[in-house]
Formats: sequence, structure tokens, C-alpha cells
Amino acid sequence: MADVVEVRDLRKLFDGGKGGKKVHAIDGVDLATEPGEYLVLLGPSGCGKTTLLRTIAGLEQPDSGDVLIGGHEVTGLPPRARKIAMVFQSYALYPHKTVLNNITFPLRAAKLPADKQRERVKWASELLGIEHLLQRRPRQLSGGERQRVALARALVREPRVFLLDEPLSNLDAKLRASARDELKRFQQRVGTTTVYVTHDQAEAMGLGDRIAVMHGGKLRQLGKPVEVYDDPADTFVATFIGSPPMNLVPREAHLVGFRPEHLLPIENVSAADRVTMPFHIERVEYLSGDRHVYGTVKGIGEETRVIARLPSTIDTPISSDEIHEFAVRADKLRFFDADSGERCDPVPL
Amino acid sequence: MSTDVAAVAEQAEQAPGKPPKQPLADRESFLAKVFLLPSIVYILALVGVPFFLAIGFSFSDISSGDPSFDWAGFRNYRAIFADDTFWRSLTNTLIFTVVSMVLVVVLGKVLANILVADFRGKWLVRLAVLLPWTTPVALSTISWLWLLDSVFSPIDWVMRQVGFLGPGENVYWLGKPGLAMASVIAVHVWRLVPLAAVIVMAGLVAIPSDINDAAKMDGAGFWRRMFGVTVPLTMPVVAVAGLFGAILTFTDMAVVYVLTRGGPTNSTQVLASWAYFKGIQGGDVAQGAAVALFLFPLLLAAAVAILRAVRRMETL
Repeated sequence: MADVVEVRDLRKLFDGGKGGKKVHAIDGVDLATEPGEYLVLLGPSGCGKTTLLRTIAGLEQPDSGDVLIGGHEVTGLPPRARKIAMVFQSYALYPHKTVLNNITFPLRAAKLPADKQRERVKWASELLGIEHLLQRRPRQLSGGERQRVALARALVREPRVFLLDEPLSNLDAKLRASARDELKRFQQRVGTTTVYVTHDQAEAMGLGDRIAVMHGGKLRQLGKPVEVYDDPADTFVATFIGSPPMNLVPREAHLVGFRPEHLLPIENVSAADRVTMPFHIERVEYLSGDRHVYGTVKGIGEETRVIARLPSTIDTPISSDEIHEFAVRADKLRFFDADSGERCDPVPL
Repeated sequence: MSTDVAAVAEQAEQAPGKPPKQPLADRESFLAKVFLLPSIVYILALVGVPFFLAIGFSFSDISSGDPSFDWAGFRNYRAIFADDTFWRSLTNTLIFTVVSMVLVVVLGKVLANILVADFRGKWLVRLAVLLPWTTPVALSTISWLWLLDSVFSPIDWVMRQVGFLGPGENVYWLGKPGLAMASVIAVHVWRLVPLAAVIVMAGLVAIPSDINDAAKMDGAGFWRRMFGVTVPLTMPVVAVAGLFGAILTFTDMAVVYVLTRGGPTNSTQVLASWAYFKGIQGGDVAQGAAVALFLFPLLLAAAVAILRAVRRMETL
């Protein structure tokens, strides 16, 4: 049975440099994983996600609040007492040790008998397909191989929880896609609860069972990828997730939001339930089969620059400097309070 | 842009096969020589010339009374090999160097850990740690001369007050052979440890913090992190520090000269001080040169070891 990680009202202050001002790196976060879940902490740099991960690991001590692993409070305990493993952004392999000794290191620290050590190393290196690399040193490995060694070192102790800190950010774009897939399959196989930190929303959407979106030290939204995408809790989540981001049109005390793929030429939206708007097209980009259309809309609020994404199945001829009638299905519209940015009830248009 | 290309093409046509002439300041082959020149002159004048002069002197009968060069063959070497003081000095030099270096490296590592630690009032501790290194050696050694004085030693006074010594008793720090050597080593170590600490500290700071964090996550406690991760990763730097220290110690005579002048009965005599006493004070330049040349093979070995350690650092 996989363990659950939970944090309760966690706060962490850092010195803010000049004037001795304190900065909230984590500002009252409540969060709990499901057993065996793949939870992704997503946010821009400086949002506190890595600090949160390091606090769960025990590398940072919170100023207040509790960390629980498997239902036990571990707040004051050092990392080694928490039975968790972490993979670092840099992988942090020991450069002076061979791959074999890197993987064995946690087992030695745990004072496992030698035959048990060999057994575990064999199991972990076979699972990750690195048996042929055991005698090499980290600098003789490619980025992908290093990642696998770092995973093996994390795995070999059979930890209760995996913590991964942006493990894909050091890989080139091509390798990243395959490494992402590998990570996901690996986690499904071992079934260990995993907390994964990233600033890359594509990674988060692809990997996470649930996504926790963080901003300014606070948890903005926690939900399945489809939930944070379709029903963002506030304008930060709405614009941080999705590429291109959600369009937001100011209308009196509210913002009207809709995803670029929902803004379509009028003939593609059923007449029964649509909101139409004239779209003054400025520019069209052709990106991997889709057309991204840039321009301004009027009619539903203030005149605002928006982006529409037309899939290749729509072949309405469109060119710049035209005004086209576009529409959005009414149930695809999301409404936010203009001041707080929070979601609010629909307003009649 | 296009005119530039045209100009270059034109130039190429004018001198087929010959690259266009570069200004002097752009020619690396020329600059390399110019920039290397000062250090080559420096090394030749202050290291090369005296070194070959010493080799020459050691095969001559030059003395301060008769500076004319007459070939003497191996006579000087035979004379110093027959001299018990030479062997004594050689042994002392080795003991002095090895014991000092072991202590310097171990204490340097401990101090480095203190220097990188974060605590209140750390600037005061850092200042205190670095003070011995910043004090001129002659000055600090004279303070030690007083601290270790045979009659007025404050250390003895404290020991008398505490009761380790009876009234009127003295330790004679520099008066007994074993104790004199220990005192010389202690003062030398006191002087070199700050430098070693700063070098080791640089090595410690260069270890990515992720690696230390990873070791913590892997369940390693303080000692396992120290001997499994920190020490191996700082080893090349420590080796360089240790070997530099060894060279400094091997050729050093300042502490010996000020504290004991090699005494009592040559029990703290080292090669450098013995060569000085023989060659400069005694006037037998030829024998002094022969003694001093015995420093060379050991220094060479140390230098090779340093270069190897640096090589290892590069490949890590």
C-alpha cells in the first residue's frame, strides 16, 4: 500500500535581502496526495514549489505547519528518517563514484547486508535498463542515462515516496518527450506515491494524476489536468495553463474567459447556444497543422487582443486585415472577478 | 557588409595563397611570446641561474674567504655524507615536513568546516582563524620565542598556577631535544593551518549543494557524508594544499632559525637551516650548496605529485 504525503498549513519564510524583510516562500499550503498518486506541483519560478518539495524532503524546516508521511508527523525529522527519495534537477550523482557505487550508496547507509545490496542493485538496474553502465562514472553518461541512474539510486531503497525536482529540465527537447513517457511508465510500474515539481505545463498535464498549481507561495488550484484546464480557479491558472493561454476579455467588473480552441468561425459553432463576436484578424500563424489567429474582438466587452486556434479540420479561408464573425459556445465561457481574479458566477452577455 | 566582402575578396586576389597581413596586436603567436617573456625572465634569473650556480658550487671549493672557482669533484658530497649533522638534518627535515603536513591537513579540514558553517559571530572566528597567516613570520615567531622562553614563558606560568608545575619549575620548551622539535612543529603548523583551511574551504564551497542534499536524502549521516562524499570530492584540492605546504615546510627555516637556531645540539636542525649555517654563516659556500641540493629531488617529487593531483581534478 502506497503512502500518502500531506502538508498542513505549511509556512516558510526567507530573508528578503534589503531591510531584513521576510518573504513568504510558502504561505499557508494545505495539500494531500492520494495513495500511489502522481502529483505535480506546477508554477512559475519563484512560486515556492521547490521549497515545498524540499520541506517535504526535510532539507528545509518549515516555520510553521506540519508534514505528514504515511500518516505520521515527520516535521522535525532529518531526511534520512523519512524513508523518502529525491531526484534532483542536476541529478546530483556522486561524480567520484561509479554508477554501481552511486546506486549502492543508500544501501550502505542503510547498512544492508552485502548479498541483499547486490540483489537490490540488480533489481533496480534491470528495471531501468542500466546494467551495462554500472562500471562507468557519471561524466561518461548521457543526460538520459544520468536520469536513469538517479532514478535507480532513488528506487533502490524502496522509499515510501518519490520526490522529483524538475528532472527533465536538463534534457534536450527530443529526449524530454521520451524521458517523460519513461518516467510515467516507471511510476505506474512501481506504484509509489510521487510528488513532481515542474514549471512546464505540458509536462504537468502529461504526467500528473492531479496538478497543484502554485503562485506566490500559495496553492491556487488542485485538480485533475482536465479540471485545471477546463475550470481554472482564477485568472492566474487560466493564463498559466494552456498554450496559447486563455483569452480574457474585460467586461465591466468581470473578465470573460475562453480558450483559443473554442473561438471558431461562426459556421463551426451550432447556432442554438453561441456567443458571437466580430474578430478583426491581424495575423495568422500556421503551427503543426493548427492555425493560430491573432486579432481583436469587440462586442462582448472591451476591445481586446485575443488568439484563436483553428484545428486543421476547419478550412474556412482566413487572411489578415479581415473582419470575420467568430463565436464561442456559451458553456465554454468562464467568468472571473476583475479585481480578485477569482472565478465567479456567469454574467449575462 | 557587402563592401567588406568585396574588399576581402580583392585582397585575396592581390596575394594569392597568402593571408592578409594582421596587425601585431592580433597575432597570437607574437602575443604569446610577449606575454610569456616576463615570467620566463623571472624564472631564469631568480630560479634557473641560482640552481645551476648551486650545482656548480657544490663541485668546487668556493668559500667566502676564497671565491675563486676550483674543481673539487665529489669532495663536498663525501664530506657532508661523513657528517652526522647532515643525516640528522635530513631526518629532522623529513619528520618536520611529514608531521607538520599531517597536522596541517587534518586541522585545516576541521577549520574549513568551521569557516563554512553559519553561526552568530562567525566573522570574529574567521578573523581569528586567518590572523596567524597574516602576521609576518619573523614577528609571530618572536612572540612564540617569548611564549616558549626557558624562564619567563607565560605558558609555564599558567601551568604553575594550575598546578602542573611546581614553584620555580620550568618546561624548557626549546631546551630539550624532543620538546624543541615539537615546539618548532607546533609553531609551524599554527602558521600554515589558516592557509590550508582557506584552500580546503574553497574545495568545500565548490561541491554543488545538490550533492550534499542527495547524500542526506540517501540516508547518510554526518560521518558518512564526510568520508563518503566530501572528503573524496575535496581530495584533489587537499592534495594540492598538502603538497604546497610540504614544499613550503621543506624549504622553510624561518621558524627553526628564530626559535632554536637548530639547537639544542642540532636536534631541530633542518636541511635549509643547516645549508644556511654551513654556507653563509660558516663561509663554506661549496658545502652549503651541496647540502641545499638535497632539497631538490624531494621538491621535484612533490611538484610532480601536485601536477598529477591537478590532472585528477580536471577529469573528475
